[in-house]
Amino acid sequence: MAEITEVPSPFCGIGTDDLTIQVDGVSLKVVENGCAVNTPAFEQAITDTRPRVDGKDVSLDVAVAKAAALLKNTNQPVIGGCATDVNGMRALLALADRSGAVVDNMNFTGARNNFLALQDSGWMNTTLAEVKNRCDLLLVVGIDLEGFSPRFFERYLWNKESMFMDDTAKREVIYLGKAPSGTASTSPDGQTALVFECANEDLPDVVAVLRALVKGNPIRVDSVGGIAVADLQGIADKLKAASYSVVTWAAGALAYSQAELTVQTISEMVKDINDRNTRSSGLPLGGKEGDQTANQVCGWTTGYPARTRFSSGFPEYDPFLNDANFLLGNGEADALVWVQAFNAKAVPPETALPTIVVGRSGMTFAKEPDVFIPVGTPGIDHVGHAYRMDNVVAIRLKKLRESGLPSTSDVLNAIEQAL
Amino acid sequence: MLIKLTGGAVYDPASGIDGAKQDIYIQDGRIVDKPVGDFKVDKEYDLKGKVVMSGAIDMHTHIGGGKGNIARTLLPEDHRADPVARTDITRSGCGHAMPSTFVTGYRYAEMGYTAGFEPAVLPVNARQAHMEMADIPILDKGGYVLLGSDDYLLRMLTAKKDQKAINDYVAFTMQAAKAIGVKVVNPGGISAFKFNQRKLELDEQNSHYGVTPREILKSLATAVKELGITHPLHVHGCNLGVPGNMNTTLDTIQGIGGLPMHLTHIQFHSYGTEGDFKFSSGAAAIAEAVNKNKNITIDVGQILFGQTVTASGDNMRQHANHKHASPNKWVTMDIECDAGCGVVPFKYKDKNFVNALQWAIGLETFLLVDDPWRIFLTTDHPNGAPFTSYPHLIRLLMDRSFRNDVLSTIHPEAQKMTTLASIEREYSLQEIAIMTRAGAARLIGLQDRGGLSAGNWADITVYTDNADRQLMFEKPDYVFKDGELVVVDGKVIHTKWGTTHVVKPEFDASLEKDLQKYFDRFLTMKLGNFKISDDEITEDGRGSLTVHPLKGDVA
Repeated sequence: MAEITEVPSPFCGIGTDDLTIQVDGVSLKVVENGCAVNTPAFEQAITDTRPRVDGKDVSLDVAVAKAAALLKNTNQPVIGGCATDVNGMRALLALADRSGAVVDNMNFTGARNNFLALQDSGWMNTTLAEVKNRCDLLLVVGIDLEGFSPRFFERYLWNKESMFMDDTAKREVIYLGKAPSGTASTSPDGQTALVFECANEDLPDVVAVLRALVKGNPIRVDSVGGIAVADLQGIADKLKAASYSVVTWAAGALAYSQAELTVQTISEMVKDINDRNTRSSGLPLGGKEGDQTANQVCGWTTGYPARTRFSSGFPEYDPFLNDANFLLGNGEADALVWVQAFNAKAVPPETALPTIVVGRSGMTFAKEPDVFIPVGTPGIDHVGHAYRMDNVVAIRLKKLRESGLPSTSDVLNAIEQAL
Repeated sequence: MLIKLTGGAVYDPASGIDGAKQDIYIQDGRIVDKPVGDFKVDKEYDLKGKVVMSGAIDMHTHIGGGKGNIARTLLPEDHRADPVARTDITRSGCGHAMPSTFVTGYRYAEMGYTAGFEPAVLPVNARQAHMEMADIPILDKGGYVLLGSDDYLLRMLTAKKDQKAINDYVAFTMQAAKAIGVKVVNPGGISAFKFNQRKLELDEQNSHYGVTPREILKSLATAVKELGITHPLHVHGCNLGVPGNMNTTLDTIQGIGGLPMHLTHIQFHSYGTEGDFKFSSGAAAIAEAVNKNKNITIDVGQILFGQTVTASGDNMRQHANHKHASPNKWVTMDIECDAGCGVVPFKYKDKNFVNALQWAIGLETFLLVDDPWRIFLTTDHPNGAPFTSYPHLIRLLMDRSFRNDVLSTIHPEAQKMTTLASIEREYSLQEIAIMTRAGAARLIGLQDRGGLSAGNWADITVYTDNADRQLMFEKPDYVFKDGELVVVDGKVIHTKWGTTHVVKPEFDASLEKDLQKYFDRFLTMKLGNFKISDDEITEDGRGSLTVHPLKGDVA
């Protein structure tokens, strides 16, 4: 039995790298600094070790050959999931380039809220160490932050020491939209967060009024989305008074039509605060299970985020039309490759099309795919790289055990070669 | 396999050869002397009438790292205008302002370049820089690690730590980030912006640390020299883009007290405040100072007209510049108490007075600096223009009548504010070879690159001599990388992977104990996870590391 320290996690998105994990053969136990997201993700047992074709165990070579044969005669394959490490994404994009596939990260519809805002007007953002050392006011918009990321407050807000603050417990936390599910946002002094709840669909109005108040524009109503304008004025005043406020949101949690306009309003508000003689930054949450990794690697390989097609021989980005579910539903796609090395529960969408799954061991399917190749999990079964939510830090994932499972890139490279 | 390149006119400033007809032999990836006795040439290229230079080296080009990927993501409309289809041997991608990694490698190679150096590798983002550069085919690459607004260094300067301690930290960071040089961007200013300072003069204190840019420059330039790093401290100075910043630049040159210093994209730092528009050229004064101070090297950061995107570590100045964004969208980031970045799309227009004069200022600088060994051809890709505009820039330098033709089309007030029309100088082929090859290799400290004598790696570019220098430099007949033919008639015919150039200066191991405590207290990752291991560059079987000697090492 071995104990491995300083283990980084690709699962939680906030780049925790202080886990201690006991390794006993192929079974893992998180013994220090686990959380509700990371512990089960690391500890999940290996079940499948053999690839299957039509439900029957086969060798890796046979499975790869079958996958290549299925792809060879397709006109519009779709590669979904896209949840893997940097090398896995490199191989995935090489396969897509060769096969003329559409590449679509499974969390893109949520992330699209950010990309559309970014590509229309941009933003001023920050990263986790700046939050940890500098943030004196955290405004959380539309998300239960500790549900999303259980250790966020412990690691980045209630840290005992900070570079620039005498007492981190004096930091203020304000929730706008969703209320926190627990008490992680309560400061070590017992100061609870201010909470202003509203329905998700009222967030666009609420955020728009908050931005108007930051700019000093008059508001003619007394309340918006059930929140008193006086309360929003209070938030605006605090944002303008803070030395370094941080406004955070999770694109995927803004689950309503045209939520990109909410992201844009938040981001433009942050810019406005910076024009009022103080500093403020945005902090988009995300980065779980390789979604930032998918967009980063696709970004440098193609110029575009990970909802891009190669069917014309060159990359073409369309954040709406290249949606895998859309293509599967409307009959444009004629094969599905599902790549998900992190989460055995994230199974492919149901389809009658030929389906190849390159997935984490332990996936169970309502309908057995034509080919299933269980692969190792980056950061458990092999080394790799994954991006943290802030898109700046790529963490170096460790190999914790000898499982014999191939990596995503091994498998996808082999399929590409077989084409 | 023995390859012979027969009868070309060789421009090899590293050996002092200026256009002499010479044969070149290549074996096992390197240039070799003509074998003695009987020998068999396996492949011969007849290069009569051709011009032979070593592969070009871009010593300052933003080809790897987070800000470049932000720039890509920001501009889908720019990529759509320049799609690049896959072929049997090349990958698909996109081109124009901020090309995809694969296309970056192909297009550089197709212009005869065989190496590019990313000048702004943030320590916490160094993995990304190397991962992106690992996906650039054909080229060799390397990076300058960015220091000067990182909390640890500023803390040391506040505490008046001795130079030895600074040197250890610089050496540690270079090793951790796998760098070959050290860069500083708006010294202390990236940090100052996070404390809401919106400008920072050379002698102005960072409001938190009480440290001035001048002090930062001095301590880092000293560290680079004392560690024996060949590449001088690579400086993006204070006040980028601010009218009147020529005085800051002159003061920076004087203030460094003779230490080796490279001032990058100096065009953006050479502005006066004369004239009706309070914006004028400082190129003559800057060039005079460069000519006089032999410790100074520069690259120009020429702007060329058209759409591009500016991507810089200078969040302070990029935030101020966002009002010029075209299209109007922009990003700044504060990064990890370490650095920052700002990405602002720009469309330089020849009919815009300021842009037109920026164009002229860059060219004046090229033409007024005497020593081609101390000036380098850059557009600060993509900030002044995409690297694909280099052949056009070379023609502007080599062809006075062409230059004056273009000059006559720019904003008329800008024409009145530049001495360009009166400058007769035309660059020679040898001077171009110095700026883009031998000089660059010497400046960076690349062993066995940038020259054509025996022992050098066979990175070789062959052009057809053409009075239209743009056509000539756009489309080499042949490009060899490490002895392998990769480009014929300006098209990639074969791809391979280049190496990553680094240095490994030593440091006192006890530093890591202190750093480990510091990381645990303040940062968001463990020190052990911060350092990039050699494996990370080499484990995929494509990448390799080439470690270059330090000054004072026995070769």
